[in-house]
Amino acid sequence: MVEVQFRFRDDEAVNDAAVTVDAFVADGFAQTNATAVRIEPGDDARALLPQLDRLALIEVNFPAWTDGRGYSSARLLREAGYTGEMRAVGDVVIDMLGHLQRCGFDAFAPDKALNPDDAKNAFARWDNVYQATVVDGRQAIWAKRHPA
Amino acid sequence: MYKYDEYDQQMVDTRVAEFRDQVRRRISGELTEDQFKPLRLQNGLYLQLHAYMLRVAVPYGTLNSVQMRLLGDIADKYDRGYGHFTTRQNIQYNWIKLDETPDILAELATVEMHAIQTSGNCIRNISSDQFAGAAADEIIDPRPYAELLRQWSSFHPEFLVLPRKFKICVIASETDRAAMRLHDIGIKMVKNDAGEIGAQFYAGGGMGRTPMIAPMIRDFVPLDQLITFAEACLRVYNRYGRRDNKYKARIKILVHELGRDEYVRQVEEEFAHLLTQPIEPPLAELERIKAHFTDPAFDAGASDDLDLSDPDFRLWVQRNTQAHKQPGYIVATISLKPIGGIPGDASADQIRLMADLGRDHSFDELRVTHAQNIVLPHVKKADLYTVWKALDEAGLATPNLDTVGDIIACPGLDYCSLANARSIPLAQKISQRFASPERQAQIGELKLKISGCINACGHHHAGHIGILGVDKKGVENYQLSFGGSEGADTSLAKITGPGFDEDGVVDAVEKATDVYLANKQGEERFLDTYRRIGMDPFKEAIYG
Repeated sequence: MVEVQFRFRDDEAVNDAAVTVDAFVADGFAQTNATAVRIEPGDDARALLPQLDRLALIEVNFPAWTDGRGYSSARLLREAGYTGEMRAVGDVVIDMLGHLQRCGFDAFAPDKALNPDDAKNAFARWDNVYQATVVDGRQAIWAKRHPA
Repeated sequence: MYKYDEYDQQMVDTRVAEFRDQVRRRISGELTEDQFKPLRLQNGLYLQLHAYMLRVAVPYGTLNSVQMRLLGDIADKYDRGYGHFTTRQNIQYNWIKLDETPDILAELATVEMHAIQTSGNCIRNISSDQFAGAAADEIIDPRPYAELLRQWSSFHPEFLVLPRKFKICVIASETDRAAMRLHDIGIKMVKNDAGEIGAQFYAGGGMGRTPMIAPMIRDFVPLDQLITFAEACLRVYNRYGRRDNKYKARIKILVHELGRDEYVRQVEEEFAHLLTQPIEPPLAELERIKAHFTDPAFDAGASDDLDLSDPDFRLWVQRNTQAHKQPGYIVATISLKPIGGIPGDASADQIRLMADLGRDHSFDELRVTHAQNIVLPHVKKADLYTVWKALDEAGLATPNLDTVGDIIACPGLDYCSLANARSIPLAQKISQRFASPERQAQIGELKLKISGCINACGHHHAGHIGILGVDKKGVENYQLSFGGSEGADTSLAKITGPGFDEDGVVDAVEKATDVYLANKQGEERFLDTYRRIGMDPFKEAIYG
């Protein structure tokens, strides 16, 4: 198993083996009692919604970082109220770390370990952001311009 | 026009620092060229045939004189003294060194400019009507909505690696001067029966190898849901747009394969969900932006008279100016299409001169058009002769707007690594063939567009006459087509028949204009005559 290089959670690391989305939803969610699932780019993340509470770990795989479907998967699961670990795995690159975090990822397990200094810079890069993604808990620039 | 606040400035400054770091990692070898490529592309840096090309964003085509002047200075300092204005209302430099790009970006940031998302599979620079804020026929200035969308789309974390590039256009008048329905998303600001302003959305248009005209997907999106609706459109595309084949990855293919109705259903479902999320900026933000786009301080007593006794001036006024909404003012377009020139190119000196004219005679505003020309949007009629004189001395007063000489052409095989054929020399030959101003006036409006490959950067599908360069067994060959249009009557051009060599296609264009002149009725344009009499008479003249 690829090692988690960065994790922004206080709870204990989850090490359950992840099953596929197909396996998780099979037989009306009755086939497995797994608490971890792995989403591939072509999977419909919304298929998990009925049993989201059961999950402690969702891995989202990036076979290539230039395939951006995983960003939507993560964000819509957070929008649906998922609070467990959301782990980006696969081709996770320095320059996308901050954006992944804003879509709801709080753990990162890159295929190839990243330079820790560069990664630290990347996470801290943007003091402000133009969008409210809700899931990252950050206030958008427009909200700062118009305090309630 | 829009002025950055501390946040906007911080965003572009941060981007400069980020890109500087990426270039450092590339030069040190930490990043391979394969890894660096998608990163540099998101910052408008291409590797072309001979050098790097940097594309600088001109949001919705609007510039002030300080920005324009710097574009000229950059051409001198980092390029070979030229800039090339593009069909996306941007400017690009063709002879850039990689290690200098962070410094160029840093200079741009000092005048509130950048190269963010001018390339790559992300939301690109948002285009708009080049006459926005000046046009007599607009219901409202479209640019505040474009600016709202610019900020929303800049570094949007969910939409940075889409299946393919994504182009948005915003207009607000019945006459479409920006090819709105040939965009991934086209937005037309409209007024409903209750007199409220809202956004009409079109999705799935585009050129490229599979040209499509975008269908309307919603007739009215209220202003306080604009960003949320756009977000829904993008999310459906990001999740379901094809990624197996880059030629089928644009949203037009998704809309086409799903069918418009099914795409709409999915968007509406996502929209209903996203409305429950607090992601929409308050209307106060739109109001804040709008305050930057109020009318300049027009002289209410300005005379509407224009002395046209100089015949050369009269010809230019007739060809290159449009009515302004304010009496006593006029919209003037500077043609970057001199006879035999490179369409869209301007020298550093010319760029600086246009900057000065914008500062002194157009309330410090200039526009870049998708037809690769420059507009002075607010010229006092009393100043127009002075402006024209200055342009004429600098070789910038060619009276050929929208005529056969006002050719749109992509960079083609002279620069571009994707091209199959050269576009620029062909544009130069056609321009020379029709050099006589009398002849151009006789032929009137004729939009001729040339692309050097199937990707259609030269918009050939939307040309009254379109030319596509292809590679035929190692020889450049040009396919001719007629009947395209990008206006409110958007249509796609149809191929005439077998292709030609370079001289052959110039001859064929000339024959086509002869057919038009022989068959023209009343005030018909080339396009109108073609639509009335059809392809056959043209084919007969060209191939007969």
